[in-house]
Amino acid sequence: MSIVWGLSRREFLRASALGSAALVIGLRIGTARGASASPPALEPNAWIRVRADGSVTLVCPRNEMGQDVHTSLAMLLAEELGVDPRRVTIVQAGADPVYVNKLMGSQITGGSTSVRDAWEPLRRAGATARTMLVGAAAQHWNVRAADCRVENGRVIHGNKALAYGTLAAAAARQPVPKDVELKPPASFAVIGKALPRLDGSDKARGRTVFGIDVKQPGMVYAALAQCPVLGGKVASFESAGVEKHSGVRKVVNIGEGVAVIADRYWTARSALADLKITWDEGPASKIGTADIYATLERAAGRPGAIAKQAGDAAAALARGKPIEARYTAQMLAHATLEPQNCLALVSPQGVDVWASTQFPQGAQGIAAAAAGVKPDRVRIHPQFIGGGFGRRIDVDFIGQAVAIANAIPGTPVKLIWTREDDTTHDFYRPPSLHLLRATVGDGRIDAFDCKLISPSITNRLFPGAVQDGLDGFMTEGLINFTYDIPNLELRTVIEEVGIAVGYWRSVSHALNAFAIESFVDELAAAAGRDPLAFRIAMLEKMPRQQAVLQRAAANARYSAKPIGGHAYGIASMECYGTHMALIAEVSGSADAVKLEKLTYALDCGIAVHPDQVVAQIEGGAVSGLINAIRSKVTIANGRVEQANFNSFTIPRMPEVPPIAVDLFASSEAPGGIGEAGVPLVAPAIANAVFALTGKRIRALPLEDGGIRFA
Amino acid sequence: MITLVLNGKTLSVDAPPETPVLWVLRDNLGMTGTKFGCGATLCRACTIHVDGQPTFSCLLPLSAVEGKKVTTIEGISGPVAAAVQAAWDKIQVPQCGYCQSGQVMSAVALLTTNAKPSDADIDQAMQGNLCRCGTYQRIRRAIHDAANQLEASK
Repeated sequence: MSIVWGLSRREFLRASALGSAALVIGLRIGTARGASASPPALEPNAWIRVRADGSVTLVCPRNEMGQDVHTSLAMLLAEELGVDPRRVTIVQAGADPVYVNKLMGSQITGGSTSVRDAWEPLRRAGATARTMLVGAAAQHWNVRAADCRVENGRVIHGNKALAYGTLAAAAARQPVPKDVELKPPASFAVIGKALPRLDGSDKARGRTVFGIDVKQPGMVYAALAQCPVLGGKVASFESAGVEKHSGVRKVVNIGEGVAVIADRYWTARSALADLKITWDEGPASKIGTADIYATLERAAGRPGAIAKQAGDAAAALARGKPIEARYTAQMLAHATLEPQNCLALVSPQGVDVWASTQFPQGAQGIAAAAAGVKPDRVRIHPQFIGGGFGRRIDVDFIGQAVAIANAIPGTPVKLIWTREDDTTHDFYRPPSLHLLRATVGDGRIDAFDCKLISPSITNRLFPGAVQDGLDGFMTEGLINFTYDIPNLELRTVIEEVGIAVGYWRSVSHALNAFAIESFVDELAAAAGRDPLAFRIAMLEKMPRQQAVLQRAAANARYSAKPIGGHAYGIASMECYGTHMALIAEVSGSADAVKLEKLTYALDCGIAVHPDQVVAQIEGGAVSGLINAIRSKVTIANGRVEQANFNSFTIPRMPEVPPIAVDLFASSEAPGGIGEAGVPLVAPAIANAVFALTGKRIRALPLEDGGIRFA
Repeated sequence: MITLVLNGKTLSVDAPPETPVLWVLRDNLGMTGTKFGCGATLCRACTIHVDGQPTFSCLLPLSAVEGKKVTTIEGISGPVAAAVQAAWDKIQVPQCGYCQSGQVMSAVALLTTNAKPSDADIDQAMQGNLCRCGTYQRIRRAIHDAANQLEASK
C-alpha cells in the first residue's frame, strides 16, 4: 500500500525545485570513485566493485544514521553475489541520479524506504556480477556455467575453484546479462540471518567518522549567530570587538546570520559574544504557540481534501447521534545528538561539501546556489550521521556553510551549530488538530469521519508535490487506514501557521495514529466492547493485522480491565507496508503513571536483518516516548522557548520501560521499519492511561492533559 | 602551555587555559572520538576519565586537567574496557553511534567501581548519558553481560 503511493510521490517529487535541479545532473561524482588505490576490475553497475585483490565494495546510495542501512544493503548484495557480507566494504555514494530512491523520487534516505527500494535492484546487481564471474570461470575451465556454483567469494566446479579477485578482470569482459534469476526466499543464506552490524565495532570504539569529525588540511571553523526569531535576518552588525580575538580570520554576514571564522572552533564561538547584531525579526516575531493553534482552529471549518472515502459518512452521521472528539499534537524538535554541522570548501575546482545529510541531491542544490555555481561543480561527500530522524532531509546548514566558505575561497570551513542553535533553528514537527466524529452500532463503527488540520512540510520543501490539496506526508496514516467501516471519510486541511515545519520520524503517521487509535478506543467504550475484540472484528479483511494484534495481546497478557493495579492500552496500524501492534502496560495513578512495559508484535514481511529490525523498533519506541510523554516545542514572539536538553527533554535510561518485540516470520516482500515503531506509542499509552484512570487525554504531550508520569 | 597525561602519554598543549578539554581534544589534538552534543553536561556524549573518574569535557577547562591523567575513548584499555566493548559488540548496542563513546566511558567507570551493578545502579550511573536513538535497553543488557564476563574470567 505504501509502495503504491510512494510511486505516485516520485512523480510529484520530480516537479520539486531541489529534486529537479539535482536530477538533471549526469555526472557521477562524490566519493564513489577513486576511493581505493586500485581501480576496480569488475564494475557491472553503479553499486558493485570487485577488485583483483578479491575485495568487494558496495557503493551505498543511502546514508547510515543508525537504521542499519549499510549492513542491510550489504546483505542484499552479498546474498546474490555469494560473498560473506562481513567482507563487503562500504563506500558512501555522492549525489548522482543513478542513486535516486525510486520510492522517494530523489536521492533521499527517509520514508522507511531504503530496504524496500533496494530489495530488487541490489539483489539483481549482485546476481549480475555473480553471473559474469561464473561466466568467466566457466570459460576458463571450458565447462558449462550451469554446472558451476558460487560459495564465499569463489566459483566452484567439481573440485576446482577460482576466487572472485582472480576472475574479476575476465568477468569484466563477459556480456552484462539482461536478465538474472534471483534466489527464492527458501534458499537465502544471508538475508534473515544473524550478523553483526558492519559499523558496530567502530561505533563502540569512537572510530566512526561523523560529519562533525571530518578533517581537511588547513581547515578552520565557523560559529554562527542566527536571529532568535525564526526566519529573521541580519539588519546590521558591529564586529569591532570580534576581531580583537586572537585566531579570528573573518566575520561574514550571510543574511540569516553572522558567522565568525577562526582557527579553532572555541575561538570562533567565544568571539560571537562580542558581535553586536541588529535583527530584522520579520513576520514571525508576532507568533506564539496559542496563535498557532488558533490558526488551526480557524481552518477547521474548511472542507480540505479527501484522502480516503467509503460509503456516505455524512449521511450516516446525520442519521445517528455522532460521538465527537478533537485531538491536538505538539511541535517537536528533532534533537539529533550530533548538532547540525557542515564542512565546505569553495575553490577553483568547484565546491566540496562533507556533511551528515539524508539528502545528497538537496545538499548539492543548495550548495550550488550558495556558491553561485552549477550543481555539477559541487561534490557531496556524505558522512555517518549522528542521528537523522528527518532533520537532515533539510539542508539549511549546508547552504550556510557554503555561503561562509565562499568568503574565504581555498580554505575548508567547518560550521558547527551549538545545541541551542539546533533546538531553536529546527524545522519542527507540525502542530496538528484533528476533528473526529463517528457512530457505532452492533458493536462496530458504522460511520467514521476524521479531519487533520496542520501545516504542510511538503509545501515548503517540494511545493510541486502537493496536488489537489493533498500532501502525501499528511495523508499517511489515513490512506492506509485499516478498519473496515461502511461509511468513512478521512480529510486533510493544509493550513500554514507562520513557522517552518519539517519531517519528524514517522511524520503524520504519529499525528493520525494518536487521534484515530485513541478515538477508536473511545468508540469501543461507547459500544461497550473490549478494545481488542472491537478492533479485531473490523479487521476481517486484514488477517496479517489481526494476527499481530492477537500476538501482542497474548504476549502482554492483555486484559481489558486492570489486573493487580496494571492496565493495558492497545494500538494498531499498518504503516510503511508493515503491520504493527502495540500493548502499553501502566500502573500507578493519574499523578504518577508508571510505564511498565511496551509489547510490540509486527509483521514486516521478510526481515533482511532481524536483529536490527528489532533494534529499530526499540529505538522507535523511544522516539514514540518523546512524542507521547512531555517533550514539546513552544514559541513566544517567534522565539522557540526551549534551548538545550534541560528544556527540550528526551527520555533518559530510567524513564524507558522494558520493550518487547515479537517479529513475525514471513516470506512477503519487506516492509519499512525505520519509523514503524514510533506512531503507536502515544495512543497505546493514552489508552492504557484511560484504562487505568478513566481519564481520556486528547492532547500531546500527554502530561499536558492533566496527568503525570512517574 | 598546559601539561597533562593523555592516554598514558605526557604532552603539553598550547591553547587558552579556559578552552574546554572537549575542543582541545577534537581541534588541537585531532582526537574526535569524544563527542560534542550539548555543551552543558546534559548529554554526556563528551565523557572522558580524569584520574579515573567519569568527567564531562564540554565544560571542563583545560587548566583543570593540568598534571592529571586524562583517558579518552581512543585510549581506554584494560580488562573492564575490553569486556564492555566486547559486550557492546555481542549485544549490538550502537545505532547511529554518536553517543556511544560517552556511554562506553560511563559504563567502564561504573564497572570499575561496581563489579556487579544492579539495574538501579545502572540507572544511577547511566542516566546522564542521553541516547537519542534509544539504545538504553541494550546498553543495560551489555553492562550486565560485561559484568558477567568479568566475573567469569576471575
